[in-house]
Amino acid sequence: MISSTKTTDPRLLILRDEDNVCVACTVIEAGTSLVIEAQKVTLHQALYVGHKVARRPIQVHEKILKYGAPIGSATQKIAKGEAVHTHNLKSDYIPSYTLDDARYNSIEENT
Amino acid sequence: MQGYLRNDGRKGIRNIVTVVYLVECARHVSTRIGNAFDAADVHVIGFPGCFPNEYAQTMMERLCTHPNVGAVLLVSLGCESFDRYGLAKFIEASGRPVHTVGIQQVGGTRVSIEGGIEWVKGALTNLKKKISVPMDASDLIIGTICGGSDGTSGLTANPAVGRTFDLLVKENAACIFEETGELIGCEEIMASRAATPELANELRNSVHKAARYYTTMGYSSFAPGNADGGLSTIEEKSLGAYAKSGASTISGLIKPGDIPTKGGLYLLDVVPDGEVRFGFPNISDNAEIAELIACGSHIILFTTGRGSVVGSAISPVIKICANPETYERMKDDMDIDSGRILDGKASLDQVGQEIRDLITEVCNGAQSKSEELGHTEFILTYKSFEPIGPSCLPA
Repeated sequence: MISSTKTTDPRLLILRDEDNVCVACTVIEAGTSLVIEAQKVTLHQALYVGHKVARRPIQVHEKILKYGAPIGSATQKIAKGEAVHTHNLKSDYIPSYTLDDARYNSIEENT
Repeated sequence: MQGYLRNDGRKGIRNIVTVVYLVECARHVSTRIGNAFDAADVHVIGFPGCFPNEYAQTMMERLCTHPNVGAVLLVSLGCESFDRYGLAKFIEASGRPVHTVGIQQVGGTRVSIEGGIEWVKGALTNLKKKISVPMDASDLIIGTICGGSDGTSGLTANPAVGRTFDLLVKENAACIFEETGELIGCEEIMASRAATPELANELRNSVHKAARYYTTMGYSSFAPGNADGGLSTIEEKSLGAYAKSGASTISGLIKPGDIPTKGGLYLLDVVPDGEVRFGFPNISDNAEIAELIACGSHIILFTTGRGSVVGSAISPVIKICANPETYERMKDDMDIDSGRILDGKASLDQVGQEIRDLITEVCNGAQSKSEELGHTEFILTYKSFEPIGPSCLPA
């Protein structure tokens, strides 16, 4: 199930070919330059383990695909290499409840 | 493997006494009785409510006659609605020693505690004499749950448990996965794995029911910690959780207290039927664990990314840690380090086999980490269910 194309940084996992996001398998600091499918991108935000980045440009309302299945829709345009999370992705079923203050501080707490 | 044979033909991997409070008012007495003994021998469970509830009655009957339970002490205040007579009769009919302490009747807290301790001592002495018999995988029921999930849960621990389930189903064990509220978004993929088209409909409907229920409640089964861990939506959490079910054909759909009739893979529908009442379907992970155990689960495989520490009364909980950093921080609580998969240090198949091997060890008496640490959490609240339909169980 876990695969990663040769042209993508090994710190990112591409779970299925049809996915438009990939998943960080280790902490990656903000400002890091990464190659996603032969194209270099710079992370504007740190990625914690299990967090997602766009594998290609995503349009507003487009379905986000992970494990080859939809996990919700984009609420705004997302650039390749941009983090994909609750700020730009919403459920097609029931809204996610989050504690906004905790969300991005977790990276510092955990490292 | 060796187990304790019960009158109904099922075999237990533990031989404990449960002390059962039948209303919150009897909890303190029950806890004091339980605390007088080793956590490996005596577990306290109970129902806090004073109003009668058919689901709670069924859950208690199933839990008190679980194959891991050898004897039962009921603790009643005396004026609660819980049908203590019916429960005592049900336990007695199973061939287990049972005794009821009525707090109002015997004269209050102190004498109830003393009398209860005395009875449990005697019961334990008799249980220690019970001789075990051989058992194999086809005697086993294994449940799985995820709690404190993060973005690694669906990459490592959950698919690894899926591999374990595939191994167990081949050995003719019954395996139960659950939480239809955490399968929202997976209904069609899951239906395509059903043994019959009728069962496929039942599976689909159970998820639709869950989506309706959670929508009415205003929240999905998605906690803020899930978002901290990188999960964005209930569908994403669902797909990761769904991986625990492995790749076997789905043989049946059961509800809390239904015991699988033969080996195979079962979905446990934990979301109440009918109009929305009594609040959230499962207020915390232990509510689901109690339901898996009421369905006969001998062991619970608990996957966690953020780091849950809970165990359970009655059946051992095996903790499978998905996140390598969580594992480093919380090693003492974790039985299996499946985060190794992320570094390429182990494969899903290897970890799946490791979990399978640990199940045999725990069946043979080895303590899981949560047992070692004395975790025996338990919670039971109000719910209501309709019986399962005719196409839910394998022919």
